[in-house]
Amino acid sequence: METGFITAFWYLAIAALVVPLMLGAGAILRPKRTGENKKLDAYECGEDAVGTAWVKFNIRFYVIAIIFIIFDVEITAIFPVATLYKDAVANGTAGLVFGEIFLFIGLLLVGLVYCWTRGDLEWVKGIAQTKPKRGIHG
Amino acid sequence: MGSHSAAFAHSLQGWTAGLPILGATPLWIWAFLSALLVIFLLALPFGGIATYVERKVAADIQDRIGPNRVGPIGLLQFFADAVKMLAKEDFIPRGADKFLYNLAPVLVVVGACGAFAVLPLAKALVGADLNIGIFYLVAVTTLIAPGMLLGSWGSQNKWSLLGGLRGAAQIVSYEIPVALSILPVVLISGTLQIGSIVEQQGWVWQGEMMKNYHFWNMFHNPFTMFSVFILFVGGLAETNRIPFDLPEAESELVSGFNTEFSGMRFGLYALGEFCDVFVMSAMVTALYLGGWQVPFLNLENMWVTLPSGLIAIIHFSMFMAKTLFVVFIVMWLRWTLPRLRVDQLMGFCWKGLMPIAFFNVIGTALWMWIFHGKSMMQLVMGQ
Repeated sequence: METGFITAFWYLAIAALVVPLMLGAGAILRPKRTGENKKLDAYECGEDAVGTAWVKFNIRFYVIAIIFIIFDVEITAIFPVATLYKDAVANGTAGLVFGEIFLFIGLLLVGLVYCWTRGDLEWVKGIAQTKPKRGIHG
Repeated sequence: MGSHSAAFAHSLQGWTAGLPILGATPLWIWAFLSALLVIFLLALPFGGIATYVERKVAADIQDRIGPNRVGPIGLLQFFADAVKMLAKEDFIPRGADKFLYNLAPVLVVVGACGAFAVLPLAKALVGADLNIGIFYLVAVTTLIAPGMLLGSWGSQNKWSLLGGLRGAAQIVSYEIPVALSILPVVLISGTLQIGSIVEQQGWVWQGEMMKNYHFWNMFHNPFTMFSVFILFVGGLAETNRIPFDLPEAESELVSGFNTEFSGMRFGLYALGEFCDVFVMSAMVTALYLGGWQVPFLNLENMWVTLPSGLIAIIHFSMFMAKTLFVVFIVMWLRWTLPRLRVDQLMGFCWKGLMPIAFFNVIGTALWMWIFHGKSMMQLVMGQ
């Protein structure tokens, strides 16, 4: 097993070296005429860029990230149990392991339903509220 | 099943054992060489040739001719493109975060090429058959998400930032259905080692070994037939392919997260993404479509004994044929479907794919329990 992890390390190391290698090869071939001029500006369809691009962004990205973390951690925790399931089927204790998997996935599903009903999975929020109500407009 | 964890390195050592100097080379050098071979002769050339093939497929679908100037039928087009990209001026936009801007392509390329380590190209040609192979595959390919996000944040461009944020949200969201669609395979195979998962998808007609082989996981039970499609669709979204290419939606975001990347830096992004498409297709192939297994044929246990080199070549061709077919479907979809909206994309993941993926996991577990782990093929053959 040790050799396997060493090989995996070689893959990652060589892959990390590909980028400097290619950019280095380019550095020999390409012209160096970069001056302090307009082409260094951020591209905003020809207009001069206004302000910084490091702006605040929508809170829903954080919500998605939090939901993702919860689900991903729980799924990671199911994998070891799932690995044992085949052996459990073979020696007749499948019911126990199935119960555990079902419990885990049930918890996840309750979480999903909770997020769903709360409206956390809606990308565009507030459309329902802005609809004109029948009672007011006759 | 008794195979070495670094099968490729062991194979190289075995095939050169009788030779004078090569025979005495230690294993870690062979491991290094196998990594070099796979990355420089498979991953990177695939990224190059795939750009040419994609253009040809597009041309065929749109009734055009496509690239046909450089070399016979335009075959050297990718070489010309590479030379052009290398010769392009290399600059970093004003005000950019230089460290993140330089780091981003490295993360994308490491994420895509590093995943090749665990791909079972043939029984004898697995770079590193880790006992946590699936975790490694999922973890390493996810490096592409921070690569995109950091690159877009670092390039000081509003289009880039929007694309990068969308990309990160999309990749992490579709990670869940993908992981849930890998789970049925783990339930069936009882291991995270990809080599062993592929091994079990073989088929033998008779003998004591019959119960160990259950044919392709796709045909194991009715639920896995659905989860292979969820894995494929989730893979499409994770590799930012149409209809899920919102991070670089050119009609809204110029070029999305790679707007400020030019020349070879852009080339590396494109290369990384094409390698990622290959990795995704290979994952579908290895987990559900039998990997290197020749359907209904066990090459190592036949009436004639084949040399190990020949078996490796046949296995490799089989694996590549299946994987490239999946890659072709990915390209075909690109020129067939329109792009989704962001809210449709997220809704489809959380409200469409997730419940079905959960259902598939429970269904597969129930099937295993009721039929004592036998596949549909085994039941039909009355085992």
